[in-house]
Amino acid sequence: MSGLNQGKMQLSGRGVVCVRGGREVFSGLDFEAVSGEAVAVVGRNGSGKTSLLRLIAGLLIPAGGTIALDGGDGELTLPEQCHYLGHRDALKPALSVAENLSFWADFLGGERSDTAESLATVGLDHATDLPAGFLSAGQRRRLSLARLLTVRRPVWLLDEPTNALDVAGQDMFGGLMREHLSRGGMIVAATHAPLGIDSRELRIGGMA
Amino acid sequence: MTALSALIRRDIRIALRVGGGALIGVLFFLTVVVLMPFAVGPDLALLSRLGPAILWLGALLASLLTLDRLFMADHEDGSLDLITMSRTPLELACAAKALAHWLAAGLPLIVATPVLGLLLNLDMVSTGAVALTLLAGTPALTFTGMIGAALAVTLHRGGLLMAVLVLPLSIPVLIFGVAASQAVIVGPMNFGAPFSILCALSLVSLVVGPFAAAASLKHGLD
Repeated sequence: MSGLNQGKMQLSGRGVVCVRGGREVFSGLDFEAVSGEAVAVVGRNGSGKTSLLRLIAGLLIPAGGTIALDGGDGELTLPEQCHYLGHRDALKPALSVAENLSFWADFLGGERSDTAESLATVGLDHATDLPAGFLSAGQRRRLSLARLLTVRRPVWLLDEPTNALDVAGQDMFGGLMREHLSRGGMIVAATHAPLGIDSRELRIGGMA
Repeated sequence: MTALSALIRRDIRIALRVGGGALIGVLFFLTVVVLMPFAVGPDLALLSRLGPAILWLGALLASLLTLDRLFMADHEDGSLDLITMSRTPLELACAAKALAHWLAAGLPLIVATPVLGLLLNLDMVSTGAVALTLLAGTPALTFTGMIGAALAVTLHRGGLLMAVLVLPLSIPVLIFGVAASQAVIVGPMNFGAPFSILCALSLVSLVVGPFAAAASLKHGLD
């Protein structure tokens, strides 16, 4: 479990410019997060919250500015040290819950913990052999969360993470995030609802 | 290597489950070839002359049929984002996906060829020649087709566009595949020359395909 304790890490962006479809979404955005800190990205619809997460994840190319992670594993790029939890679950309906999770654990590589344990933590241990196509929206979200637990990554990028989770699920998720932060991880979450943990607010795109 | 073998195993498993693409290709191949004798009529000499061309066309269209889902499915459910972010180079991941697609959708076509050869009045040697050329040529179809699949990934209903992009690239494979089979059946060319070119086409596409596909996937990030 010591994979994250590589000293103090800092995720920072300087003057980040995001252009989508020829339209400037935001520009000159500065942000930073250090180990053990959560940043809640807030803003109205279309202000670029998801775009910011995808920029950090390397899934969009910034039109200007830099995003860098200091103090992480020097041999890995920033996206390789991130977990991205987006709107889409990256689950295959034809595969069972356990098959979906162990595929991502094998494919993503790096330090991993037991898949059965992660499934128990998110409350899906009763459904391991069920094809993922039969899961409800909340259960799919829980299965995605199990991926974050099974494969260790210092930076979590979460897009509306509490969507579809019930109250007990949100509590469980709050606990997981606190544990991740206490281990020295970082969280950047785009959210409308309160995150359920202490976080710094990053407002983009002017006032809501 | 664990990452790549995990990806290959997952794709094959999905293809073989209910609703996967593996069976669809073979069924399409079967349909095209079975209908052909009815359309051409009971002229056995003509059938065996057309046989290799029919088998090759059937295999070409059948392998295109499922290819458009190669990246589309992963793009739609967000898996492609995670594959792009991962520690595995995207080129290798593309190659692994194409290999899995060939194992699940291409190999069954070759296994079905001897059975279908009977319907086209091909003898054992001719059927063996066609199966051998398909074995050497279908990897080229999959790996060049992958480039089209990667280009069409962000487009909904990109399947037709993919066919338009990929078919011209498959023409050389078709020409030399059929030429090598015909060489065995009617002569007078020798089998070696067109077969070597067919193998060369496959080897080139094995190298170029993954790089081109990965480049177009990266370019298409959105």
